[in-house]
Amino acid sequence: MNRIDVTFKDLRKNGKKAFIAYLTCGDPDLKTTAECIKVISDNGADIIELGVPFSDPLADGPTIQVASQRALKNNVSLAAIIKMVSKIRSKIDTPLVLMTYYNPVFHYDIRNFVQDAKKAGVDGVIIPDLPPEEASQIEMFARKLELATIYFASPTSSEQRKKIAISHSRGFIYYVSTTGVTGKRTNLPDSIKKDVKNLQKITSKPICVGFGISTPAQAKKIASFADGIIVGSAIVEKIDTAKSKREMIKSLGTFIKQMAKAVSI
Amino acid sequence: MNKKNIPMPNKTGYFGIFGGKFMPESTMRALEELETAYRKYKNDKDFVKELNYYLKDYVGRPTALYYAQQLSKAIKGPKIYLKREDLAHTGAHKINNTMGQAILAKRMGKKRIIAETGAGQHGVATATACALMKMECHIYMGKEDIRRQRLNVLRMKLLGAEIIPVTSGSCTLKDATNEAIRDWVTNIRHTHYIIGSIIGPHPYPMIVRDFQCIIGKESKKQIMEKEGKLPDYLIACVGAGSNSIGMFYPFHDTNVKFIGIEAAGYGIKSGKHAASLVIGELGILHGAKSYLLQDENGQVQNAHSIAPGLDYPGVGPEHAFYKKTKRAEYFAVTDKEALEGFDLLAKTEGILPALEAAHAIAGLKKIARKFKKKDVVILCLSGRGDKDVDIVAETFKLQ
Repeated sequence: MNRIDVTFKDLRKNGKKAFIAYLTCGDPDLKTTAECIKVISDNGADIIELGVPFSDPLADGPTIQVASQRALKNNVSLAAIIKMVSKIRSKIDTPLVLMTYYNPVFHYDIRNFVQDAKKAGVDGVIIPDLPPEEASQIEMFARKLELATIYFASPTSSEQRKKIAISHSRGFIYYVSTTGVTGKRTNLPDSIKKDVKNLQKITSKPICVGFGISTPAQAKKIASFADGIIVGSAIVEKIDTAKSKREMIKSLGTFIKQMAKAVSI
Repeated sequence: MNKKNIPMPNKTGYFGIFGGKFMPESTMRALEELETAYRKYKNDKDFVKELNYYLKDYVGRPTALYYAQQLSKAIKGPKIYLKREDLAHTGAHKINNTMGQAILAKRMGKKRIIAETGAGQHGVATATACALMKMECHIYMGKEDIRRQRLNVLRMKLLGAEIIPVTSGSCTLKDATNEAIRDWVTNIRHTHYIIGSIIGPHPYPMIVRDFQCIIGKESKKQIMEKEGKLPDYLIACVGAGSNSIGMFYPFHDTNVKFIGIEAAGYGIKSGKHAASLVIGELGILHGAKSYLLQDENGQVQNAHSIAPGLDYPGVGPEHAFYKKTKRAEYFAVTDKEALEGFDLLAKTEGILPALEAAHAIAGLKKIARKFKKKDVVILCLSGRGDKDVDIVAETFKLQ
């Protein structure tokens, strides 16, 4: 069984929700990323999303754009990230999901990517610019190796498209809280609750909500009805604004612990 | 060659293996709605009537097909005709598409328009259509392009558009497109994104091509009147590829040969160019699969061209299809050659071409000897050069 499925099975058994933490790999460098992953895992994140930097991140807001540019300045590649995963896999058992735009995967070669990622210990993949209709090739390889393919549903998705996202998703379905790009938001629409509940009526697969969530209060509110919440830009900011590595590890650990606690109550 | 009975693109937006719809989920519904609306209106009597009215009385179509006798003589080549898109209102072919899309957006009930622009010609054409149709207009433009196309920036402002400077990446067309897509993802419910070229996810490459096809359709009719036969060659510059596809497509089921000229910038070997068809690799950018300038890790590389409208690392999927099936031939000319092309047309014909179109002139000059004397060539003069006089004057050291 895929680690993501095991995680949700356990959480559900205990009536708990998932806290999914995102960070951009290679920001500021891959060695630091590996340390951060350990900190995030140790402080209670249930799943970790590993952002693969891309030159044209059109679904991302300023925080992740800047983080990606910093990583690319250090020539951080998809291949190097997969290698890093294989090194840290023995140290943590938390499910790891790669979040990448399609071109780096396409250029790597789809079959080799699925094989190498799985072998390194990656459990799933999220590709924001790859809708299910364009994903037949990657799904063919991913199904064989049980690498989860996670798709998006959004407030503008038609009923038919929601069903497509659900049927093609493995692991969980990523519900986008609001139309737009990634990044912190003060106000999240009240309609999320209704939308998530509607999705839950037509599937038993976990529905996790991301985009815009940055505070424990927001996390707690959304985790009361969703199966999990995803936090990205707020974590990247903690990594980017720290004055020293020590301070960063400390503030990152504190924040993750806070968010994990908010989700678990 | 594409058979007449196979529609291009197919239902899923593919031209052979190129094209598709590689976009965030939030945009998918809007893309579906756009396709439905477009298919509904493109043959709608009132829509066609309104568009044709504006194209004729407002844009000034048909644009002239001019026999460039002095240019033909100067390069000792074939008989050259210029399709004068530079004479269209706003000074370039871009208005053909923005008028069509603005009228479509109005029918769809969208009140806010966004667009990306490189040379500023598409931005000006969008701002113009929005002023005419009374729509709110926001133009994304790279900081670097704002600097080098000041005239067009001022024109857009005077037309009432808001210019949003883009400071990410190379600060040019690619980055302006990213930023426009981000805006669209956010404001998808009430905003229409007027893409300026045959790029982006399906149905954009089809819609923009169809609106630009008027260039080729008119040329076909005009050359029959003047020469009594179809031309032997069509030649046009290719950035992302809208003026060239607009010229080529109506001839796709004939034997007329197509030549596309890309920007070689400082030279292909320098790595600073925009020749995505000549040496790009297959990849995905801005919603479509096509040829792309990218590095060994699949990161998109910055393009370079003296012509801001060609300064783009990708190319429309239909051109990629033409290249792969050898329906068209593509090669590139450098910044320097393009400037020589600019000078040549100015001195022989008294026309200042846009630097983009100057690439087509330079390309034609480069292969002049390969033509037969009796060959008839139509070159798409996609825009006028007023916007470029600063750059050219600087290079020629004019006071």
